[in-house]
Amino acid sequence: MILTLHRYWSERGCLILQPYDMEMGAGTFHTATTLRALGPDPWSAAFVQPCRRPTDGRYGENPNRLQHYYQYQVILKPSPPDLQQLYLGSLEAIGVDTRLHDIRFVEDDWESPTLGAWGLGWEVWCDGMEVTQFTYFQQMGGFDCRPVSGELTYGLERLATYIQDKDSVYDLAFNGAGVTYGDVFLENERQMSKWNFEVADTDALFDLFRKAEAEARNCLDANLPIPAYEQAVKASHSFNLLQARGVISVAERQAYIGRVRDLAKGACAAWMEKNGWAA
Amino acid sequence: MSDFLLELRSEEIPARMQDRARDDLARLFAAEIARAGLTAGEVVTYATPRRLALIARDLPHETAAVETEVKGPRASAPPQALEGFLRKTGLTREQLIERDGVLFAFTRTPGRATADVLADAIPAIFRAFPWPKSMRWGELSVSPESPRWVRPLSGVVAMFGTDVVPCTVAGVPAGAATLGHRFHHPGPVTLAGASDYVEKLRATHVIVNQDERRALIRTRAAALAADAGLTLVEDEGLVAENAGLTEWPVPLMGRFDPDYLSVPPEVIQLTARVNQKYFVARDAGGALANAFICVANIDAPDGGAKIADGNRKVLAARLSDARFFYDTDLKVPLDTQAEKLDRIVFHEKLGSVADKVARVAKLAEWLATENIVPNCDPALARRAAELCKADLVTGMVGEFPELQGVMGGYYAAAQNEDPQVAEAIRDHYKPVGQGDEVPTAPVTVAVSLADKLDSIYAFFRAAEKPSGSRDPFALRRSALGIISITIKNDLRFSLYSVTNYLDSILTPPVDPARDVYGADLAQEDLDFFLADRLKVQQREAGVRHDLIDAVFALGGEDDLVRLLARVRALQSFVGTDDGANLLTGYRRAANILKKEGYEPSDAQLASHAPEPAEAALAAALDAAEPAAADAVTREAFEEAMAALARLRAPVDRFFEEVTVNDADRDKRSARLALLARVRDAVHRVADFSRIVG
Repeated sequence: MILTLHRYWSERGCLILQPYDMEMGAGTFHTATTLRALGPDPWSAAFVQPCRRPTDGRYGENPNRLQHYYQYQVILKPSPPDLQQLYLGSLEAIGVDTRLHDIRFVEDDWESPTLGAWGLGWEVWCDGMEVTQFTYFQQMGGFDCRPVSGELTYGLERLATYIQDKDSVYDLAFNGAGVTYGDVFLENERQMSKWNFEVADTDALFDLFRKAEAEARNCLDANLPIPAYEQAVKASHSFNLLQARGVISVAERQAYIGRVRDLAKGACAAWMEKNGWAA
Repeated sequence: MSDFLLELRSEEIPARMQDRARDDLARLFAAEIARAGLTAGEVVTYATPRRLALIARDLPHETAAVETEVKGPRASAPPQALEGFLRKTGLTREQLIERDGVLFAFTRTPGRATADVLADAIPAIFRAFPWPKSMRWGELSVSPESPRWVRPLSGVVAMFGTDVVPCTVAGVPAGAATLGHRFHHPGPVTLAGASDYVEKLRATHVIVNQDERRALIRTRAAALAADAGLTLVEDEGLVAENAGLTEWPVPLMGRFDPDYLSVPPEVIQLTARVNQKYFVARDAGGALANAFICVANIDAPDGGAKIADGNRKVLAARLSDARFFYDTDLKVPLDTQAEKLDRIVFHEKLGSVADKVARVAKLAEWLATENIVPNCDPALARRAAELCKADLVTGMVGEFPELQGVMGGYYAAAQNEDPQVAEAIRDHYKPVGQGDEVPTAPVTVAVSLADKLDSIYAFFRAAEKPSGSRDPFALRRSALGIISITIKNDLRFSLYSVTNYLDSILTPPVDPARDVYGADLAQEDLDFFLADRLKVQQREAGVRHDLIDAVFALGGEDDLVRLLARVRALQSFVGTDDGANLLTGYRRAANILKKEGYEPSDAQLASHAPEPAEAALAAALDAAEPAAADAVTREAFEEAMAALARLRAPVDRFFEEVTVNDADRDKRSARLALLARVRDAVHRVADFSRIVG
């Protein structure tokens, strides 16, 4: 499936990139999306990104909710006029019969408070399941996107359940020779859910958050937007873990999000400035 | 005359925006053509997820020609004046017409072709369109002046009669071709104009008329349920939303694993509706069935079997998640959850939700102990109040905030709380609005009342009163709740005693440095606020607001039930002949007293020989005053009114036979004193000066 998507998007002019080697909540956090969505230069890329969402862990007991899963991410800048058709073509390419399944574009305004970013678009439903997030970025790091990028984020496991006609992601055939997704990942989900929700050392996490925040400032002072951005991503993940541990109160939550956003915005601003782009 | 067709095609328009978009399109179009002096016959608008369309019938082909006459200089004026006028009008001397020695220029602006008017109107409508949220897209979005639309605009059909109206919107030229259903008919469809728009699109699996799609979903969903021996849970919001998500709606029924029915039905229904936009159904016994109805946008060759099955899987995953939250929540006692409430800020000046819960628990117990809420076990009231907000920190309420209270009720029942406690936790938010069910179970009444009284008083005490349209803490709704519960259950209490008690338990106490308000003023304001809400609440019941004022203005009436009983007695009294006449007499008396600047004093009681009418009135007052006072004490307000009614004849006779403004000072004083007695007697029941009409 991944190979088919790589071929499909490569033929349509996308660079094929590799995952970012850091824990992140979504493919959008990859610098090939965030930083490249800024400024006037055209950019087209496709890549797989493993995602970690500690609060979505279900100890391996939910058929399609996991704390670790894979997104396939496509970013096209500026957004081409036939982006919806291109997207539907990619579904056909991986084997979704659009005459037999019900594909719909359901309003979903995307917003990432931690990235200071928002866009309009849809969640794409296949027979009622959200299989893709489809977004036209309007702002990133607090800056207007000029031009606007189109972003497609496929949920690979969920799409695969359709193509293989399985009820649960854990039943997916991994290699067609008897190994399932569950064989590979079920124990990870169980242990990681346990750690995320029950075990992770919260004092250490608070400490990691503060250190990442301090280091990001340090990088910004040295005019290094990319390392600064990486530290913002680290802070974001520590925050997500703290959320899963349930130690951040409702009132504090906004404050923490604001702190991560300040870092991300700072990195984006420095990136803009370094490239000589006006806000 | 020809018909005009406009279709603005775009990527999927959010369902919730489509109705307003149709209205806005009709309004902007009417304004544009009106500016050109055109009017259309019938105008209809359509919206689907992918198009917004308008058909205007019977537009003339041209706007009317306009003739204007401009007065120029006199024929005898100097040549410079004439030259100036010719320059201004662009005419020659020969083209001017002379009338009575004055030159006139006639200009005739010929009518404009309607097609030209439309070609200007379409881009103007596009630019002025007030989408609640709009976006930029594609290459044009490099520019700060980028066009904006709800989603990227993909095509424009603009036809007047059978001709294309030449114009370009957001870089897209208008044409005669549209697109049919995305999957059923991927190719272009060439239109002849407004005449074949609806039917030609229908042939490509697009029902452009939203009302038709809605009707189809409504009837088909009901029929699917009925065929399975079930009854559809009707939901017009879902009908409209699904119609806004489909061009060719195909309702399909599916079943989910009945094991999930162990999850509370409210949760299943909400999951199906909010997350998946599915309808649900009930069985013959009224219980939620393990069935759902989804609305697909495609007529699949397998009759929708795969689609229904796919949707079943998604719902199963959602319900599995709901059950995960439910099971996880069930493992944590509500008392443990309640301890976490100290992490949730209620209001920066009013502490945490845990602080609020502590106050509500004390007040609920007090309301029961004081017998303000009769037949209520104080310990149960306290227990229910202590747990009433605990579900706010549960996983399920985190996921579905609408289920606050409901989930707490389930969790309380599951940990074997007294059924009255579970019921109180479930229903203590009620009534949520006018028309919502008002609690009557004593423990529920105590908790619900305590919760609302605490909210209002605490916010008033912190000087956070609602003003104008600002009511961020929904205190007006709380006030209505207090009134409804009090009246429905005939609860007798003095508001002052309640607020005094609340002030004594206020934790955290009001910071003296910020106590701009003080307890007395808070109580007084609260009293006025409640009287105001009472007027609103009673308006529907036909109770006159001026009569509420009349009773309220007496002061000291802080018992809502008694206040309302007085108002009702007053209302029926002023409707009678006696009442109306007494009101007239009262007003006359009050006017005279005001005009004379009457001040009561002991000196004026010097004796004079009263006239018979005076004596009769005095005698009537002697009888009526104690009777009315006694009746008021016994809360027999009808009787109090009847006692006053007996004053009517003597008052009328007094005004007929006696001149108040007598030359004799003593007589005058005595008569004024008599009128003052009349006024005061009436005021024992209500302040008649507040009565309007």
